[in-house]
Amino acid sequence: MASTESLLLNLALAVLFLPLAGFALLIFFGKKIPRQDLVETGILFTALAISIYIMVQKVFFVSAPTIDLTFKWLDLGAVAGQQGFSIDLGIAIDNIAAIMLVVVTLISSLVHTFSLAYMEGDVRYTRYYAYLGLFSFSMLGIVLSNNLLMIYVFWELVGISSYLLIGHWYEKKSASDASKKAFIVNRVGDVGFFIGIMIVFTSLHTFLLRDVFGGIAAQHLTGPLLTAAGILIFCGAVGKSAQFPLHVWLPDAMEGPTPVSALIHAATMVAAGVYLVARIFPMLTAEALTVIAYIGAITAFIAATIAVTQNDIKKVLAYSTISQLGYMIMALGVDAYSAGFFHLVTHAAFKAGLFLASGSVIYAMHHEQDMRNMGGLRKKMPITYWAFVIFSLSISGIPFTSGFLSKDSILAGALAYGLLTGNYLIPIIGYLVVFLTAAYMFRLIIMTFHGEPRDHHKYEHAKESPKVMTVPLIVLASLSIFVFYSFNPFNPEKGWFLQAVQQPASVVPAAQSYGFDQPVNDVQVTSPQQQPNAAELSVEAQKTETTRYEEAMEAVHYPGLALSLTLAVLGILAAFVVYDWKKIDAEKLKQRVKPVYTFLYNKWYFDELYDATAVAGTLLLSKSLAWFDGHVIDGVVNGAATLTRLWSTLSGKFDHYIVDGLVNFSAWFTGFLGKATRRVQTGKVQTYIVFALLGVIVIFYVFRQF
Amino acid sequence: MQYQFLGIGYLTWITFLPLIGMAVVLLIPKSNINAMKWTALAATILQLVLAAIIWVNFKPSLSGINDPNGFQFVEKTRWIDLPGVAWFGHVAVDYFLGIDGLSLPMVMLTALISFVGVIASWNIGKSQKGYFALYLLLDTGMMGVFVALDMFLFYVFWELMLLPMYFLIGIWGGPRREYAAIKFFLYTLLGSVLILLVMLGLYFSVNVTDPATGQAMHTFDMLAMMNPQNYDPHALFAGIGTYWRYVAFIALFIGFAIKVPIFPFHTWLPDAHVEAPTAISVILAGVLLKMGTYGFLRISFPIFPDAVLKFSYALAILGFINIVYGALCAMAQTDFKKLIAYSSISHMGVVLLGIAALNTQGVAGGVLQMFNHGVVTAMLFLIVGVIYDRAHTRGVNDFGGLANQMPVYTGIMTVAFFAAIGLPGLSEFISELLSYLGAFQTFRWIAIFSSIGIVLTAGYMLWTLQRVFLGQLPEKWKGLTDVNGRELVSLVPLMVVVILLGVFPSIMLHPMSATLNNLVDFIHKVGTGMTALK
Repeated sequence: MASTESLLLNLALAVLFLPLAGFALLIFFGKKIPRQDLVETGILFTALAISIYIMVQKVFFVSAPTIDLTFKWLDLGAVAGQQGFSIDLGIAIDNIAAIMLVVVTLISSLVHTFSLAYMEGDVRYTRYYAYLGLFSFSMLGIVLSNNLLMIYVFWELVGISSYLLIGHWYEKKSASDASKKAFIVNRVGDVGFFIGIMIVFTSLHTFLLRDVFGGIAAQHLTGPLLTAAGILIFCGAVGKSAQFPLHVWLPDAMEGPTPVSALIHAATMVAAGVYLVARIFPMLTAEALTVIAYIGAITAFIAATIAVTQNDIKKVLAYSTISQLGYMIMALGVDAYSAGFFHLVTHAAFKAGLFLASGSVIYAMHHEQDMRNMGGLRKKMPITYWAFVIFSLSISGIPFTSGFLSKDSILAGALAYGLLTGNYLIPIIGYLVVFLTAAYMFRLIIMTFHGEPRDHHKYEHAKESPKVMTVPLIVLASLSIFVFYSFNPFNPEKGWFLQAVQQPASVVPAAQSYGFDQPVNDVQVTSPQQQPNAAELSVEAQKTETTRYEEAMEAVHYPGLALSLTLAVLGILAAFVVYDWKKIDAEKLKQRVKPVYTFLYNKWYFDELYDATAVAGTLLLSKSLAWFDGHVIDGVVNGAATLTRLWSTLSGKFDHYIVDGLVNFSAWFTGFLGKATRRVQTGKVQTYIVFALLGVIVIFYVFRQF
Repeated sequence: MQYQFLGIGYLTWITFLPLIGMAVVLLIPKSNINAMKWTALAATILQLVLAAIIWVNFKPSLSGINDPNGFQFVEKTRWIDLPGVAWFGHVAVDYFLGIDGLSLPMVMLTALISFVGVIASWNIGKSQKGYFALYLLLDTGMMGVFVALDMFLFYVFWELMLLPMYFLIGIWGGPRREYAAIKFFLYTLLGSVLILLVMLGLYFSVNVTDPATGQAMHTFDMLAMMNPQNYDPHALFAGIGTYWRYVAFIALFIGFAIKVPIFPFHTWLPDAHVEAPTAISVILAGVLLKMGTYGFLRISFPIFPDAVLKFSYALAILGFINIVYGALCAMAQTDFKKLIAYSSISHMGVVLLGIAALNTQGVAGGVLQMFNHGVVTAMLFLIVGVIYDRAHTRGVNDFGGLANQMPVYTGIMTVAFFAAIGLPGLSEFISELLSYLGAFQTFRWIAIFSSIGIVLTAGYMLWTLQRVFLGQLPEKWKGLTDVNGRELVSLVPLMVVVILLGVFPSIMLHPMSATLNNLVDFIHKVGTGMTALK
């Protein structure tokens, strides 16, 4: 291994374990260290610096697609004559991992900085920073893992950090409820993930992704089972990335402190699901990808419609996050791998920015989150306002922003997918959501920053937040500009980012894949045996021939771009027409579409549905079983005891009255006989003679028979 | 002979050290309660040290199970010798001790939990002399079960442990202690009778040559019982897959299942736990339950491998029922101790599911789960004990907001709860993972349905955590104090083990693997008749 590569691996391990060290330090010695917050923040900035070095090295200077470090973690030996059982684990750095390292450490260190002011004076300030460290460690673990088991392990660990941070203010019932809900809903998805891993391991005897792909390419896992494995692992992503139908936990997770929402529930952890799908991308069959595409599209749509109606500033952003995550998942599903990952990265910056900016607003408004009590803050908080505007333009997909580049790639991919498969529903939803996104974002901006203040008392006290809060906003706002990803503001294809993030080739049998990567003039399917292993494939993917997919992309790029831009502008206009210029009265509009509005306002009644079915059902089942256990099962046990006692009582009675009774009876009878015969002994000779005579008669009578 | 101290083998020492402690306790005057406590503590610490020495000297490569040369620290002498009863033949019982990779984790667990139990018993309020004497007797019984290789000896230890347990619950327990104690005693005794019957059946079926006299004789030697060639062809249990062997397996299974406990024989457990004092709950859940599954692996499986292969599907289904049924029942409980008792039932289901898979990872997962569950449940019962000592109630709904009042306690509790949930990085994750992986290979659908338990466990555990520790602290608990030093001494070692085995499970798995692989191999080969019968 080249020395640069081993250096990078060691540095990556340092990045991974630094936040853990910080966590341990704060948990055990938190009280003894002065300014624990700065310790943890410093650790994160160090990790960020190293991560940037790793990324630059990996993306621009190291030619190997993946740097890998694997070790044997567990070896249970072998049963004689059978395949042994051992588990290999390790880390790997490829381009997406290197980029994710920077994304995670960057957002994390900015959030650490922001929290210095936002969380100041909190009752559990040290604990808060400790948990942030634990989270950063776990998240980096997901990024660096080269195997499914470690991904699952860190997956659960980010879950627990999320649980602890959502419930940071656990005195509030709503907070502890939300953290519990987040963990349990995620667990539902994780069970699917777990079963998926079991399928993979049982078929291929390894957790290492490269060997998994190799095994699938060699057709050791094929057919419906392969599709099932893909969909089940995707279930984990459905939970963590808050996809329909498990999206219900994320809006509640806003009970956590706002910087946490920015870091965990907007930028990084919820994107882990997308990252997972990107990681297992080569093993996804066409059927699995179709399921993924539909789940993503449905999620994007549902969440966007809800976001339009919400009044809590964080809830709007939460639904917006769900919707954007849906986009990313949809992108992966329609084979637009690079676009999906691209959107993950740009979204991380602008959505973290949006949350931090909303945190800045909430901080200024003394923990007011209802937008109906805001308004006019533009003048009071100019930095926050302009940052907000840049983030909103980016998420809406307006040119010269990062969001424009990534979102457009996704939409082009969806449209190409529609053209190639005839599945037009997905691009239609994709474009519809563009309109909705622009509308709800600018509704939010207008309600918060424009117009007249609605709560004058709070407005009077509002002021721009301190520098530690605004500087992260400025950093994130600048990262929402196109130039960091591609020098061409309209086409990112030739930018360094999309050059670095190449779609890995599928390893599934040709009959089970979309086949989009087939050359246009050569529809002949190569036989699977000829397919080389995954590492070579990803290199091979950069083929010179135009594939079907590329051809379709070419065809749709500019019309698609025009369409999405029009819709975004229309969305922004709609928001202005209703909320700023008030050409249409929002209240009247609500009245006119009341049933729809109520339905959307109540979040499609998902919570109510789950409460009435899954939650109530489980509780009812548990109560009934507990009753069954106490009355039937234990009833049988106690019944057996009672029966035994009854039997023993009866046999006691039998013993007393029958057995002992017989004994006593015989004694009594003997006595009775004695008494009876005593009378005979009268002392009179005549009586004796009579008895003797009777005796003789009897004897004669008896013996006469013989 | 190696591994002796004062001419007596290590295993004898580790088994009977508590008995010496008991003798000392009985000699101490009634008023000197501290001396009794310290004696008990010294005995268990010495036992723990000895366990550590055994651990260090243990050779992981030896295979154990059916191979007399695969056992370590072996001690074998004639114990009972009745020559020449006319129709009964030569009766001989060996004092036969030895350990392999299966018993080693259990020996470690017993030593660890017994030590922790003494610390948890520190504040026992009445007749301390009787308590500590019985406690130490119990300790000897438990350790003996895990080191005995002669079935008669095994049975003696099995019964030996029953009696002190009965009194410990019946005298030092809660309000319904007599009911619980009698229920425990009778239920276990019912199991014992079944074990006894099978043991006698095996005794009369097996013929070996007495090494001393060269004559044929019956034996209680478990290893001899495992060899199909030792069976008298006309005996009741001879052959492979014969009717009476299945009957015997089922009888033996019920005998051990009561101890595990496996549905539907489990209802003694919640009652016993609720009434038992903290330390006894710790012992009960930490060690006693494992005797059942240990019995499966040590006796049922290798002696009746044909029956195991036939019934493995049924065992897995019972495992599934335990997991899901236990979890759902736990969810409905409001008594903290009862809740954890049902969670034990659920977690022991994982053991059954794993060992029923009959492959390397499943059996290893099952055995590791036995150890891990012992440690984690011990922690959970200690945790309940801590608040019960202070608040004198165990109602889950009576509390709230303890996190602010007792931060250290809450921290330790969080580790224990998340270990029980199966959080990676903590010990139970690995054992559940291996058990499920094993089960998935053998019975895919049962493993899939059982994984519902993963969600349910998170559900009831987090709900409990929320109700007890989060939210607002009720006014009446403002006076509760955080854990004290003594409680920390009992909790921290367990916590360290939980984290250590969560990150480096090889520590425990490595010494087990050769033995368990041999077990799996043996069951499949002998059970399918691949090893020819005479």
